[in-house]
Amino acid sequence: MAIFNLNINGKSQQVDADPNTPMLWVLRDHLDLVGTKFGCGIAQCGACTIHMDGNAVRSCQLPVSSAQDSQITTIEGLSEAGDHPVQKAWMEHDVPQCGYCQAGQIMTAAALLQQNPNPSEEEIENAMNGNICRCGTYTRIKAAVITASQNL
Amino acid sequence: MTNSNGKLNRRSFLKVSALAGGGMMLSFNLLAGCKPNSEETLGLPKEWFRLNGFIKVGENGLVTLMSPNPEGGQNIKTSMPLIVAEELDADWTKVVVEQAPLDTDNFTRQFIGGSQAIRTGWTVLRTAGATARHLLIQAAAQTWKVEASEITTEPGFLVHKSSGKKAHFGEMASLAATLPVPEEVPLKEISQFRLIGKSHKNVEAKNIVTGKPLFGIDYKKAGMLYAMIIHPPAHGMKLKSFDGAAAKNLPGVRDIFQIKSHQDDYERTFFDTTSFTDLVAIVGNSTWEVMNAKKAVRVEWEPFSTYEEKRDWGGRKENRTIPGQLESEPEQRLKMAESSKKARTVRKDGDPESAFISAAKVIERTYNGPFLAHNCMEPMNFFAHVQGDKVDCAGPLQKPELTEQALSSRLEIPVENISIEMTRLGGGYGRRSYAHWLIEAAVISQKVNAPVKLIYTREDDMTGGIYRPMYQATYRAALDKDNNLIGFHVNAGGLVEPPLYANRFPAGAVEHYWAEEWTVPSNITVGSFRAPRSNFIAAAEQSFLDEVAEAAGKDPIDFRLELLQKAKDKPVGENNDYDAERFSKVLELLKEKANWGQAPTGISRGVSAYFCHNSYAAQVVDLKVKNGQVEVEKVIQAVDCGLVVNPDAAKNLCEGAAIDGIGTALFGELKFENGVPDRSNFDRYRMIRMTEAPKAIETYFVENQLDPTGLGEPAYPPVFAALANALYQATGKRLYDQPFAKQLEDLS
Ligand code: FES
Ligand code: FES
Repeated sequence: MAIFNLNINGKSQQVDADPNTPMLWVLRDHLDLVGTKFGCGIAQCGACTIHMDGNAVRSCQLPVSSAQDSQITTIEGLSEAGDHPVQKAWMEHDVPQCGYCQAGQIMTAAALLQQNPNPSEEEIENAMNGNICRCGTYTRIKAAVITASQNL
Repeated sequence: MTNSNGKLNRRSFLKVSALAGGGMMLSFNLLAGCKPNSEETLGLPKEWFRLNGFIKVGENGLVTLMSPNPEGGQNIKTSMPLIVAEELDADWTKVVVEQAPLDTDNFTRQFIGGSQAIRTGWTVLRTAGATARHLLIQAAAQTWKVEASEITTEPGFLVHKSSGKKAHFGEMASLAATLPVPEEVPLKEISQFRLIGKSHKNVEAKNIVTGKPLFGIDYKKAGMLYAMIIHPPAHGMKLKSFDGAAAKNLPGVRDIFQIKSHQDDYERTFFDTTSFTDLVAIVGNSTWEVMNAKKAVRVEWEPFSTYEEKRDWGGRKENRTIPGQLESEPEQRLKMAESSKKARTVRKDGDPESAFISAAKVIERTYNGPFLAHNCMEPMNFFAHVQGDKVDCAGPLQKPELTEQALSSRLEIPVENISIEMTRLGGGYGRRSYAHWLIEAAVISQKVNAPVKLIYTREDDMTGGIYRPMYQATYRAALDKDNNLIGFHVNAGGLVEPPLYANRFPAGAVEHYWAEEWTVPSNITVGSFRAPRSNFIAAAEQSFLDEVAEAAGKDPIDFRLELLQKAKDKPVGENNDYDAERFSKVLELLKEKANWGQAPTGISRGVSAYFCHNSYAAQVVDLKVKNGQVEVEKVIQAVDCGLVVNPDAAKNLCEGAAIDGIGTALFGELKFENGVPDRSNFDRYRMIRMTEAPKAIETYFVENQLDPTGLGEPAYPPVFAALANALYQATGKRLYDQPFAKQLEDLS
């Protein structure tokens, strides 16, 4: 075990954890930030997507020891009032069904729009391809990303 | 007005003291279930008055509506309360929704399955709302000293026009809660609906997009420990021994021990399917520590011998033989071929044997469907806390009442002492009906004497059994010299369950009809999977009919309509369980909306239609195939599910069904080698992704005023065949075996 100083959603946090602990579990078990979801644990589903210095990363593959000097953003910190353009677009299109994959989808979309505010449909599809939704909300997700890009 | 005395449990209308609704309000799920802004605009009331099991009204006018059934993405947490609100005449912007716990006194049928929540809840929910409205009106009449018949309601308000008196619901709630419950209440006419039939946003949308704790896996209690299990690596194996000494010394590990989820002589009911009864449990301080310890436990397994399992299928007792062997796919196929020769007849009309002999043309085709894993995005999990003879559980499950009984029997604790809180489900699709993990969590909690959350890894989840059965169906069609379908024969079966619905279309539309089914026993555990049975048989039957239409030289939609016309004019047999009129209407709507006959250039089209879960769905799939890759341009679908309660949410469900169905048809498969599933995570179990999803989906509902029927499943089964039929148009090859993507690769 070791102490790690983290910057999460703009707040400094200290955790005492095994250096190999994936950020996914640090967030969920140590810091009670459970919006970031466990889906596969092997970087295949995107449910655990967070931002590290603005880039979308799979938190199930990110050891806490590698997260120390970075700004980490989770779904809870994407916006203060839940009004990030992507979140608003998601509500406007009433995207979620079961909702489990959606935090990961939103984080991937938000990172995409940060880097490419005006993506083509193909760019959206490619950026979102790492996020699985068993409920099948892909067409709405795509429509919501387009709406969000127009409202940035 | 229609009157309803409802089939409500009387007790749900017993008045509970106003206090019973107060206190304890800010639990895990209450404000988690608020619609945006309701409580922000009005604030929480000082006191709640409970008008019945579904409805509490605060003195400030805020209304809490209980959503009785678990929510797994069907949007019933919005649409069920919406139906109550309609009859109550509540102001939807001043409503908060709360998930009810399992409460057999106040609610009936608190489960997910068979797309039946809205259909069976329709009258109950309406009656609950209308009864409360009646009580509020009576209270206002007494307070204002006017005739109750002179009082009307506007959303959230009681109004006495002639005197100009007006009060919000909260002002009358305390008196209303003390008044006698009426035996009978009038229900609104459909034309009077203000809420139903208009789109309303998901009440939980804001909580989902901001990452609030909603799901079972998010559940946490003070002092809670984390647990995982190790199950046998193969079906047909059982635990022999384990050595947890090394693992126990790892950081954060509390205990490692063996558990048993059912007693050996336990008589199982419908959903007590358990692939593996004896497991190793690991308990510790955090998920990651337990996950690591799990890898360090050394376990020995051994094959089990054939045994008998006691089953009670809703009164029908059965001793099921579970064969002891390590099964592999080739032998499973051989056994299926053997069993298909010993099928039993489930329906026979006319003289099919002679019809086939006299036929001008006979077409015969065989279809195969593999095992499928449910792959709910939220892996199986449950929270349990056993304290003496009291049990508190929380988590995602589909059949809480049945699981509660199984748990009661396992722990020998009466059901009255068990409470089950229902969290949101990160997908169910049938998998969460088999809630053995709840029992495992409780047994673990009892052993360590602490609150415990059990989590399955994705691998535990995918290799832990309960699959869509492996199916096969052989169809034969007899055409006379004028290309009329005179004979139809289906022989279908599965390992372990058969897929057939013998009384569905085209039964009733063909003079000589014969349906046979068979099963193969196995130790591979199977169970309900989104639109059970239909999910395969629709794919097979609707692909076959496409081929028969072609052989008859007929347009595939006209061919079906012609058969449906026969079923309308002169139905064959007695028990046809579809309405040919409604079925035709759906196809006609689709034909119009898809501009059938005028496929866009470069696009191949396929069509399919199916009836299940009391609803009708038909689809056209438009696609291109480039270098063996399928590009689905568009899905156009027509659905008849009766009155549509919440149209945009209903569309969302049907869109999801189409995408999920296309993905499963193209990629879904799981096989066994010596009892071991050949895939265990999403690296090898291919799920549809955004680049493969249809680029556009159009969904149309047949407009009618019939009572609502199922919606979560009906659009799923037919799309498999619409896809296969379009792929035939694109490639010239008929696809008989799922998954189709593999067959397309073989072709190119
Ligand atoms: S849990 Fe990290 S990608 Fe699936
Ligand atoms: S909404 Fe259920 S998995 Fe995406």
